[in-house]
Amino acid sequence: MAVMSNAVVTPRQYLHAQLRWHWIEVAFWLATLLPIIVTPKYLVLASQVAITALFALSLDLILGYAGIVSLGHAAFFGFGAYTAGIITKPWTMSLPLPGRDLEIDLPGWGEPLTGLLISALAAGLLGYLMSFIISRFRHLPLIMLTLGLGLLLYEVANKASWLTGGADGLQGIHVWPLFGTLHFDLYGYTSYPYALSVLFLLFLVCRRLTNSPFGLSLRGIRENITRMRAVGAESRSHLRIVYTISAAIAGTAGAILTQTTETASLGVIEFQRSADVLVMLVLGGVGRLYGGLIGAIIFMVARDQFSGINPQFWYFPIGAMLIFVVLFLPNGILGGAERLMAAIRSRSS
Amino acid sequence: MSTPVLATRGLDKRFGSLVVAKDIELALPKGVRYALIGPNGAGKTTLINLITGMLQPDVGQIFLGDEEITRLGPEQRVRRGLVRTFQINSLFPNLTALEAVTLAVCERRGNARVWWRPVVAYGDAVDEAHAILTTLLLAPVCHRRTRELAYGQQRLLEIALALATRPKVLLLDEPAAGVPRDESSELFSAINSLSQDITILFIEHDMNLVFKLASRIIVMVGGRILVEGTPDEISADPRVREVYLGGAHHG
Repeated sequence: MAVMSNAVVTPRQYLHAQLRWHWIEVAFWLATLLPIIVTPKYLVLASQVAITALFALSLDLILGYAGIVSLGHAAFFGFGAYTAGIITKPWTMSLPLPGRDLEIDLPGWGEPLTGLLISALAAGLLGYLMSFIISRFRHLPLIMLTLGLGLLLYEVANKASWLTGGADGLQGIHVWPLFGTLHFDLYGYTSYPYALSVLFLLFLVCRRLTNSPFGLSLRGIRENITRMRAVGAESRSHLRIVYTISAAIAGTAGAILTQTTETASLGVIEFQRSADVLVMLVLGGVGRLYGGLIGAIIFMVARDQFSGINPQFWYFPIGAMLIFVVLFLPNGILGGAERLMAAIRSRSS
Repeated sequence: MSTPVLATRGLDKRFGSLVVAKDIELALPKGVRYALIGPNGAGKTTLINLITGMLQPDVGQIFLGDEEITRLGPEQRVRRGLVRTFQINSLFPNLTALEAVTLAVCERRGNARVWWRPVVAYGDAVDEAHAILTTLLLAPVCHRRTRELAYGQQRLLEIALALATRPKVLLLDEPAAGVPRDESSELFSAINSLSQDITILFIEHDMNLVFKLASRIIVMVGGRILVEGTPDEISADPRVREVYLGGAHHG
């Protein structure tokens, strides 16, 4: 890089330079607007991609930066998704008071932005509680714990059909128009800009986080948690914080899915979703924020295209891609692209 | 004389029937350079693990200044100024040298939970990290990833990470292990020029370096302290000669 070759760069200037937006980043975000103009027929798919990308981003925070491998991250996605749906439904509670029962009618709350916030807080709270267990373990026990958590919450959602609709899915979700005017239609005209805006805002948050002292400590934990103790770090509390933030973002992604589709089925919380998001992240590249976004785009578009060709075997090409990437691109597609760019640059100079 | 900076009282540790530490009594005054020597398996690294909290003693107490720290976790001891380096490099392979030391500085200053401001906002922490790297001759490579550094540079980075925590007591576990002899003099001049406020206890096998650096020497054998004294006393002690020349296991 030009910055490197300059001999009199102070450390501060060097770190400043790393914060700057690369033109490829700007181009990427501008390109996310293209579906609105170029392929308006695919806005529903585009909004699914944005939601999934946000989910993958949340996993990258814990996996790519703090080294927490999770096979149950759909627990938080699903928790956010169900919360967003349930709060829009009116409820009748009856309190058995002496004399007569008191009936309380709770109106549903369908305002999308506050609904999103409530769902994020709910998922974040669940993440915070779980983090006390999660932060004590590494490696295989950690993977098994997250898997167990995912399976457990799936069955809770399945069993509590009075609340979640169980296997039939949550019925009667009613989301109010965005800003009181924009309806969530069937074509994604509202959904995609909505999902994309939330994705972008939370991406900014994540980008900030990963460049902060906290982000630096997370990478330290990923690299060598034993050494973190020897520099006096409270690794467990760091892990609790990032796990909570990640859970809240995953819950937000789930909530957007519920709000934009006005449905929530067991699919939002099943194991397949946890596995898929992990696959996307590995495909795109772990620990670089954009990896999850690229991975989500590739995965979702591939699923859409391949299932058009053969609806039964669409996981076959996904599996082939995963094997190829793991064998030949250990840092994912983005890592491979970075290596290619570096090679081209060194050859031209 | 004031209270020692670091003291242990009657430390015992056994793994099953194997006694690795027996009745260890230490009292290190401020600013001294102590060498800890002894044949392989004498329990030197175990003693450092006990002092830093990586292991819990079966019996005995550890004091940092006036405070008993026997039950504190390693990270709590570090924040009180009791810091170690590792015999086998234990670093952050994919962080640059500057990032790694900045991390340690931020942890010490309590900024490490700030996630809404960039690292650069703490410019003085970055400057401090860079100053530490400069004193250890690592400034020219401070933007390289740790795993790309030469082995000797990684040994220096071990010390840089320890210094970033502003130690009162620094425990160096074979700081020159694996470093070629021509590079080790550089390493030891770096250690020698550390502030006299820092009390240093170091394990080392190279006797030239031990006698050059240490103001006092502790000899351990079989989990016990055999003798403690000045370099002259130690080199004249017949028991030490017996251990090193009579025993077959000189490492």
